[in-house]
Amino acid sequence: MEEHAVSGHKKTKTVKTIRIDVDKCNGCRACEVICSAFHASPRYSSSNSARSRIRVIHDPLRDIYVPVYAGDYSMAECAGRDKYTIDGKEYDECAFCRASCPSRDLFKEPDSGLPLKCDMCESDPSLSEPMCVQWCLADALVYEEREEEVVEEEQQEEIEIGLEAMANKHGVQKVMDTLARMTKKA
Amino acid sequence: MRFAETGFNLEVDLSRGNVERVATDPKDTELYLGGLGTSAKLMWDRVPPEAEPFSPENLLIFSAGLLCGTPAPGCNRTIVSTFSPQTKLLAYSMMGGFWAPELKHAGYDKVILRGKSPDLVYLWINNDKVEIRDASHLKGKGAVETADLIKKELKEPKAQVAAIGMAGENRVYFASIEQGRSSASRGGIGAVMGDKGVKAIVVRGTKDVHIAKPAEFMELCNYVLKYIKARDGNPIPGVMPILAGLGSPQEMIVHDEKWHTENFMWGNSRLRRKGFWTEEVAENWTNTMESMRTRLISCYNCPMKCGATISPPGLPTYMMKCFSKLTYTMGAMSDLEFGLRIAQSATEYGVDGFSAPQVMAFGLELLEAGILTDKDFPGMPDDNEGKFYWLLDKIVRREGIGDTLANGTHWAAEQIGNGAQEFAHNNIKKLEQLPLKLGMLNPIYFLMYSTGEKINITQIEGNFPQAPFATREEREEFVKDWPHVPDEKFKEYFVEWEQRGEKSIPYYPTPDATCEIVNWQEQMHYIDDSLGMCAGLSSFPLKPPYHIHNLPTFISSGAGIDMDKDELIQIAKRNRNLVRALNVRKGMRRADEKPPEDHWRKRFPELETELMDTYYKFKGWNSQGIPTEESLNELSLDYISKDFIQRGILKDGEDAPSGETSTEKEQK
Repeated sequence: MEEHAVSGHKKTKTVKTIRIDVDKCNGCRACEVICSAFHASPRYSSSNSARSRIRVIHDPLRDIYVPVYAGDYSMAECAGRDKYTIDGKEYDECAFCRASCPSRDLFKEPDSGLPLKCDMCESDPSLSEPMCVQWCLADALVYEEREEEVVEEEQQEEIEIGLEAMANKHGVQKVMDTLARMTKKA
Repeated sequence: MRFAETGFNLEVDLSRGNVERVATDPKDTELYLGGLGTSAKLMWDRVPPEAEPFSPENLLIFSAGLLCGTPAPGCNRTIVSTFSPQTKLLAYSMMGGFWAPELKHAGYDKVILRGKSPDLVYLWINNDKVEIRDASHLKGKGAVETADLIKKELKEPKAQVAAIGMAGENRVYFASIEQGRSSASRGGIGAVMGDKGVKAIVVRGTKDVHIAKPAEFMELCNYVLKYIKARDGNPIPGVMPILAGLGSPQEMIVHDEKWHTENFMWGNSRLRRKGFWTEEVAENWTNTMESMRTRLISCYNCPMKCGATISPPGLPTYMMKCFSKLTYTMGAMSDLEFGLRIAQSATEYGVDGFSAPQVMAFGLELLEAGILTDKDFPGMPDDNEGKFYWLLDKIVRREGIGDTLANGTHWAAEQIGNGAQEFAHNNIKKLEQLPLKLGMLNPIYFLMYSTGEKINITQIEGNFPQAPFATREEREEFVKDWPHVPDEKFKEYFVEWEQRGEKSIPYYPTPDATCEIVNWQEQMHYIDDSLGMCAGLSSFPLKPPYHIHNLPTFISSGAGIDMDKDELIQIAKRNRNLVRALNVRKGMRRADEKPPEDHWRKRFPELETELMDTYYKFKGWNSQGIPTEESLNELSLDYISKDFIQRGILKDGEDAPSGETSTEKEQK
C-alpha cells in the first residue's frame, strides 16, 4: 500500500486489487508459470508453479477453477473450517483461503517450506499490472487500483509516545535493533 | 547446469521392477533437441527391427519436449513413441494437457518403459521418489475414472495422470492414452502400454526448470502472447473460420458445422451429405452443445481454449477437444447428442476418435454386404445408435467379432477375408484416416499423405494455405504480411496459385515448388515435436506466433544451445531422416507410400510418379524413399548408413538415387 500525504489531516492510499472471475478461468495456469518466473532470482531465470504466489485450485471434472493469491502466513490451522456450495458446486474447505498455513502445502517454498506471499509484483520500475494479470488472456484476473481517502490516524502519536517510553527504558539502539529484527521477520 | 531440459531420463524395467535415473548426453540435445528427436534416437539404438510391438524389447517412451516447463506459451506436449501394433512402424502420437511440464518439474525429460510387468501396475513419480505400484484394483476402470481414483488414493490432487482404459488393457490396436483433457490416440500406443502392464503414469514435480538467457527468452514469450491477443481480434480473411484463427480447430466453440458435415464423409468414410446442414439441424446441435458444454478449457500455459468440459445428462463428465466432436456422430450417421454421449464411453475406454467410429461402421458395412452375418453379431440391438454402443463394448472387451475389429480395419479385413479388404478403404499404411474424399488431386497433400511419417492427415497440415484464394488481389494482400516464410519464393508460389486454369491443381504448384512447400510444412512439425510446442500455435495454422525465424532464439535463449535458422533447419532434417530410417529399417518402401486409393476422384498416375521422384530426390533419398549414404552422413547420421549397408538396405558406395521405379513390387 502506497500512502501519499495530502493537505491537512486527510490523505489517500492506493488500494490494489485483483478481481477474480472464476467463470472465465480456463485452467491454463499461465498465472502460476509467470509468477514463479518473475520472482525467480535472477528474474525469469527459472519457472516452477510450486513456487508461485498464485495457484489455481482446480478440479476440472467438478468444474472448479479458483485462482487464489498467497496471503499472510499463519502459524496455526483454523480451529473450524467452512465449506462453500456455489451454484451447486461444493468447494473444498480452504478453497478460497489465501493463507500459507500448516493445513496444506500451498504457498510454501518447496525446498525450505518458507511461506510465500503475493507482493503484486512490486518492482522498480513498477509494472503497469502484476504479471499474472498480464498473462491472463482469459481476463479471469483483472487488475484494479483505486484511491481511498483516509483520515490521518491519531494512533501515530500514540505510537510515538509509546516508543519514547520504550527508548527511555531500554535505550534507542536496543529499540532500533528490535524493530529491525521484527521488520525482517515480517 | 542444463537449461530447459533436466538432463535426466527415468529408465523403468517393468520385467524386473527396476527404476533408474539416468543422466543424458547434452550432445544428443544439440543434435536432436528433445521430444521426438531424442526419443527416435533411443528407439534406433535400442529396439531392433525384429522386435514385435507387443514384446518386452519394444520401448514405450513418454517424453516432454525440450522447452516444456519453460514459460514459452503453449509448449506443453507429451510425445509418446513406440512401434505401433497397427502400422508396425514408429508411432509418435502426442498430447497436450499438463503431463509433460509436470514431468520436467519432477526432474526428468523422459520416462522410458521397457520389458513387461507380470501384473497390472501404475508408476508413481513424485520428484525423486519413484514407485511401481499395484493397479489390480484399477483393472477395467475408465481412463478418466482411473486418474481420479489414483489422485484420491495418493492424496495428490495436483498430480498429473496419463492412463489407459479397458481398450489399452485389452490391447485394442487403436487404444489411446488419456490424460484428462488430452489424449495421445494414434497408432495404438495405448495397446503397447497395456501390453506392458502399465495402467497409468502419475507425476508430481516441484523442481525448477532453468532458462539460459532469461531476459531474451521472456521478451519472446511476451511477444507470443501479444501476437495471440492481436490475432484473436483479427481472423485471416479469405479462409473459412476454422482456418482463420490460431489453436487447434475450434470445434468446442464453433457451432456452425456446415463445412464439416457437408464436405467430410459419413459412415465408414463413404457418404457425402450435401444439404445436410439445415436450420433445424443447426439449432438442434447448437442446443446440444450448449446444454452439455460446461466450460472451455486450455492446456498448460496456453491462452487458447481448444478443449471443453462436457457433461451429458445422466453420464459422468469428461473432456473433449477438436474433431472427435463429430467423428462418432458422422461414423454412425447420427446426431450430435449421440456423438457427445458415446464419446464419454469412448474416452473412458480409451480409444482413438478417428479409428474407432470408422472401425464400427466398417463392421456394419461388412454385415450389410453379407461378408459377415448376423451370427457374428449375436445380441446386437436393432437401433442404429444401440449398434454402435454394442460394438464399442465388444471391441474394447475383445469379445466375439469385437476381437477381430479391435485390430483395426486393415488387420480385421485381412482376418475376415472374402473381399473385406475392399472395405478397409480409408487407410494410409494400415491406419484409418480423416474421413475426407475429394475431387481433384492436390499435389501438396498428395506428398504429405504419402510420405508423412506421422501417418495422419490432420496433423501434417501447415503454414501454407490449403487452397488458393479466389483473386490475385486477395493473395497479394495475404503475402504482404507474411514474415513466417523461410524464403521469399513461397510468397510467389502462393500469389501465382489460381483456383482454375493453367496455374491450378494438380499441375501447380509445380513438382519442384510442391517439394519446397511440403518440406517447409513438415520441417515445422519436426521442430514442434522436438520442442513439445503445440502445433496449434506453430506448425498447424496460417501465420502463427512461432515460426522458423523466432524459434531458433527460443531454443538458444531457453536451452542455451547456440542456434540460428539454418542450424535449426538442419536439426529438423536430421530428425526427419532419423524417423524415416526407423521405418525403412522396419521395411517401409515406396510401395507403402500412397494415399487411400479413393481419396481423390481424379488421379494422375504420371504426375504422381513425378511428384514422388522429385520429392525423394529433393530429400536426398533413393527411388525407394531410403535416405542415401551421402545424405545420412551429411546429417551426422553415419551410424544409420553403416547399419543400412550392413543390412543390405543400402549398397556401399551407391549414393546416387538409383533408377528403380515406383512400379516395383512392394517389399515386405
